[in-house]
Amino acid sequence: MIAVQADIDLARIAAIRARMPRAFTRGPGERFALWVGWTGFALLTGYCLWRFNFSPVYLWNGLGELGVIVRQLFPPSMGEAPGDIFYALLETLAMAFLGTFLAAAVAVPMAFLAAKNTFPFWLPRFGVRRLMDGLRGVDQLIWALIFVRAVGLGPLAGIMAIFISDIGTLTKLFSESIENIDRRPMEGLRASGASSVQTLRFSVLPQVLPMFLSSALYMFESNVRSATILGIVGAGGIGFQLSDRIRAHYWEEACFILIIILITVACIDAVSKRLRLAIIGSKAGGREL
Amino acid sequence: MPDTTLAVFERSYAELRRARRARTVLGLLLFVVLFAGSAVIGNFNPATLVEGAPKLGEYVGRTLPKVRWDHLIEDLAYWFYGLPKWLDLMVETILMAYLATLLGSAGAFMIGFFGSRNLTPATWCYHLARRVSEFFRTVPDLVFALIFVFAFGLGPLPGILAIAVHSLGANGKLFAEANENIDMAPVEGLRALGANWVQTMRFAVVPQILPNYASYVLWRFEINVRTAAVMGFVGAGGIGMELVTAVRSLYYEDISAILILIVLTVSLIDIGCEKLRHALIGREALT
Repeated sequence: MIAVQADIDLARIAAIRARMPRAFTRGPGERFALWVGWTGFALLTGYCLWRFNFSPVYLWNGLGELGVIVRQLFPPSMGEAPGDIFYALLETLAMAFLGTFLAAAVAVPMAFLAAKNTFPFWLPRFGVRRLMDGLRGVDQLIWALIFVRAVGLGPLAGIMAIFISDIGTLTKLFSESIENIDRRPMEGLRASGASSVQTLRFSVLPQVLPMFLSSALYMFESNVRSATILGIVGAGGIGFQLSDRIRAHYWEEACFILIIILITVACIDAVSKRLRLAIIGSKAGGREL
Repeated sequence: MPDTTLAVFERSYAELRRARRARTVLGLLLFVVLFAGSAVIGNFNPATLVEGAPKLGEYVGRTLPKVRWDHLIEDLAYWFYGLPKWLDLMVETILMAYLATLLGSAGAFMIGFFGSRNLTPATWCYHLARRVSEFFRTVPDLVFALIFVFAFGLGPLPGILAIAVHSLGANGKLFAEANENIDMAPVEGLRALGANWVQTMRFAVVPQILPNYASYVLWRFEINVRTAAVMGFVGAGGIGMELVTAVRSLYYEDISAILILIVLTVSLIDIGCEKLRHALIGREALT
């Protein structure tokens, strides 16, 4: 229990409570709204649990099965063809790199069309933005599934999936960086008689390029993560090896693949974080000059 | 002497430019090497592109339905012939995301107190909570789903559990970081009054962080709706199953119809959640 301090006696509290009831309890309207909210929440959750068969017995049995699988995961083993696994890992990294780079190459001009301060016509800008929302709204894995059907199994489908969905994300990130630039260098150049290309080159680009690089690196990190699972639908990379092992119940090899995925992701994150800090840092240094 | 000052300046400026240029050239070289290596490993060359591009165009062309102005209603009805079934699956997808977000965030709520440096009861709790949530968010949710499908059988349940586990990891980190940024004065006050750990968390920490948490949970829900839409790829429920069937069985027009439904649903949920988030943050700013 929380001890009550001696100089506030209970009678005084009662007197204050009688004088200002709203300070202690909620009004009837608010209480009713809360009641409706909680009841709705409980009903919806109950309905979900019922609809999706969340029965204790079922869950318990499943957990038992899961325990069996987890025990089979150890000790991790490379299997008979470790070369395949490591090559697939390289393929994953290559997919992420190419997909991100190509997307960035398309996203740069798109971003200038989508930014308010560099492109004044609202209708095309609105169109570009909605198109990008659409590209982003479809999950990368869905794009991969479609591209596998369209161009065949293999890393090309994965590269295209990353490429298409990243155009959407990078255009958004890039255009936000463009909209956030400092206007004064631009005005200064214009006032000193620079042409619009010169203005772009000497006032906009120096400000946005480090931001672009940093966003692209960030997306590369994220794409390494997502590229590890694109193989599940046949789009190349380590995910193909992983889902293959899981479907064939080679749990020890699956565990090994999972471990090297985790290590790779951690390494890429660390390197990229350092690079991003260096890039943003050099930008701040450039400003000081 | 102005001349020498100028000379010194010019010299150091030239040096600076040289250093910069060297760095740029080095970066470009590194990039070219990486690009060439990736292109070789990823089998990315002009030949495959030339071969792939027309196939892609043809594929996209086939997914587009024939819609004529004079038969607009009939054609649209024909295109979306599976709408009742798809809508039901869309609802299932959203409910999966809802339940998974709820379960994952409830777990993250518990683990968040242990994973924040300033609130954790013991150092080993902190490290355990941090490592567990790190593991849960680094393993892709689809991999969890693949494994859970074997343990729990096909259907939405393994998908929900997989998303929940991933949400636990992701939100566990965000919640712990929000906890580390709270004002510690109320915590110290309650501790001084002799409140136990649970009471301190309940009355000193929770009121401070609830708006933050709510905004994180809403954001996670948006992400989870997208994830739930692809869980069907590994047999874990939702609209994804129908999409895989359409793609594999070459029901071209179904693909575009289902994709449109998914994009619409996802954008509607994004807009709704964003409104709610702004309302929450607005209220927080007022008080």
